[in-house]
Amino acid sequence: MTILTVRNINKRFGGLKALNEVNLTIEEGTVHAIIGPNGAGKSTLLNCFIGRLEPDTGTVEFNGTSLLGLKPHQINQAGVSRVFQTPEIFGELTLLENVMIPAFAKRDGAFTLNAWGPVRGERSLMERAMEMLNDVGLAKKANDVSGQLSRGDKRRLELAMCLVQEPKLLLLDEPTAGMARADTNNTIDLLKEIAGRGITMVVIEHDMHVVFSLAQKISVLAQGTVIAEDLPQNIKGNPKVQEAYLGGAHL
Amino acid sequence: MNAKASSRNDLYLILGFIVAVALGPIIMTPFGGYPDLLQKFAIFGIFAIGFNILFGLTGYLSFGHAAFLGAGSYAAVWCFKLVGMNVLPAIISAMIVGGLFSALIGFVSLRRSGIYFSILTLAFAQMCYNLAYSVLGQPGMNLTNGETGLQLKLDDPRYFGESASESGTIPPTSMFGIEMKQIHEFDLFGMTVQVSNGYFVCALFVILAFYVSMRIFRSPFGMMLRAVKTNQNRMSYTGLNTRPYALAAFVISGMYAGLAGGLMSAMDPLAGAERMQWTASGEVVLMTILGGAGTLIGPIIGAGVIKYLENIFSSFNDQVMTGFFDFLPDWLGSAMVWITSPFVGEGWHLTLGVIFMLIVIFLPGGLMEGFARIGRLFRGSRKRGEGAADAPRVPAE
Repeated sequence: MTILTVRNINKRFGGLKALNEVNLTIEEGTVHAIIGPNGAGKSTLLNCFIGRLEPDTGTVEFNGTSLLGLKPHQINQAGVSRVFQTPEIFGELTLLENVMIPAFAKRDGAFTLNAWGPVRGERSLMERAMEMLNDVGLAKKANDVSGQLSRGDKRRLELAMCLVQEPKLLLLDEPTAGMARADTNNTIDLLKEIAGRGITMVVIEHDMHVVFSLAQKISVLAQGTVIAEDLPQNIKGNPKVQEAYLGGAHL
Repeated sequence: MNAKASSRNDLYLILGFIVAVALGPIIMTPFGGYPDLLQKFAIFGIFAIGFNILFGLTGYLSFGHAAFLGAGSYAAVWCFKLVGMNVLPAIISAMIVGGLFSALIGFVSLRRSGIYFSILTLAFAQMCYNLAYSVLGQPGMNLTNGETGLQLKLDDPRYFGESASESGTIPPTSMFGIEMKQIHEFDLFGMTVQVSNGYFVCALFVILAFYVSMRIFRSPFGMMLRAVKTNQNRMSYTGLNTRPYALAAFVISGMYAGLAGGLMSAMDPLAGAERMQWTASGEVVLMTILGGAGTLIGPIIGAGVIKYLENIFSSFNDQVMTGFFDFLPDWLGSAMVWITSPFVGEGWHLTLGVIFMLIVIFLPGGLMEGFARIGRLFRGSRKRGEGAADAPRVPAE
């Protein structure tokens, strides 16, 4: 079943055509990677999914409803979670609080004036947040302030924050950017484990090692257009892709 | 887990607070406390507790909260004029008016954050000040009585009370017959302790205010407010709408300010525009930062310290200073008087500025950080041998 359908997206920044007639379908339960050289429009495309950018033309449909014009929090409430290139966490709060906040958002919606009962009374929610921290290997640090974590741990925390919401679609923007090799491999293992839970993922990535370890399907974006969409084993041999990456025309 | 321990700590905290407030008049008597000053402690304590819910939790720095305090005190005086001299309806209407004003100003100001938000609130507060000072003090629509300030008159209707008492004077503010200004005296440990009925009312409200603020701090809502401060971007991509959270905090703190303004009028039934001036808004910012923004009791301590020092330093004058430096040789004494006199009396704000500077530079977390450091010093020396494992951090306290 298709979970996300992107049709004829165009996006122009002044004279630059960032996205040109982009079409994309994401199947439920798969890991779909979007790759492409620098400046191909990958992040622009992702930003069009989540309400950060409004495309000039085209449609984005998630589970049959349009995401265009929705605010970021509404898109998240519809079931789309996002991991950022630089981990976005609540740096002044503890890890446990970081994970409890999305859990509250999932349970209580975009705004609730829940100002009387104490947080510590929310037993089941707290246990669930601890479970998620345990899944990403951060349970021991639950009461630490999250701002002091390493880059890799921040990424794990961000993943726990997304997972606690049981998203239908998880968007990852270069999940291993700026990480050491060991951290990258740990993150790949974690993402594989998440994919095993049946959560649909869209991954934007530069690192081919990451892409080929995770993806079941790959779309290649170059100069704002999808030039290829295929299974990983077929992508490597695709002449168009080689041209885009190696600048074939000039060779 | 430590849930039980922290709920017990909260219980001790609120009990300790109640005891401190109840014993306030006795504790403060040797230090020159008197009923008016104690009422001020409580009233500005409430103001600062409320301001801290906005500034301490969400990080939105409002420079206009005096407007809500002023609006509250006008509302309370109008209540005394139209309804009667009972302070309860006056205080309630002050809170409602404070809440309405803050909803309106907050709704517009919260479209921006950071410095722009601060400037917007400052601009709105100055507008309110000018409205109160001149526009709404004109004969056509006289809500504030302008420069003179809003006062009670003998011919005010007071539809649910009496316009004048039997002796032909304006009746005093009271709560079901208990007069606010009535002072009780008793002797204790050889000193005469004075306490007014008004102080008990203020004490009751400051305890309530503190308790409500504690509930908010510990609640999921309070956690969301701290999330607003930390990362609004992540918050909205987490499915939370940040603006209503910030607005709710703004309105709650506006109602606290209204309550403080209402209590001011209840203690002394007049209201002037100067309560709305930007210096008054700045003062509550100082109190909160001085005590420790984002901590539960810091702002009350800040309010108490500032009001106490104001009381001390503004009462000093050259004569007092001369007496103070009497023990020095004449020339040195007069030199010291010359140096210190700008810092006392009218110039006490200079002292406040110096204190504030020192605190912000050396204790950015306010007095609460200072207490925490002292506490750590003692604890550290006690269990140095045990390899001092840090206790899990309890947030925002």
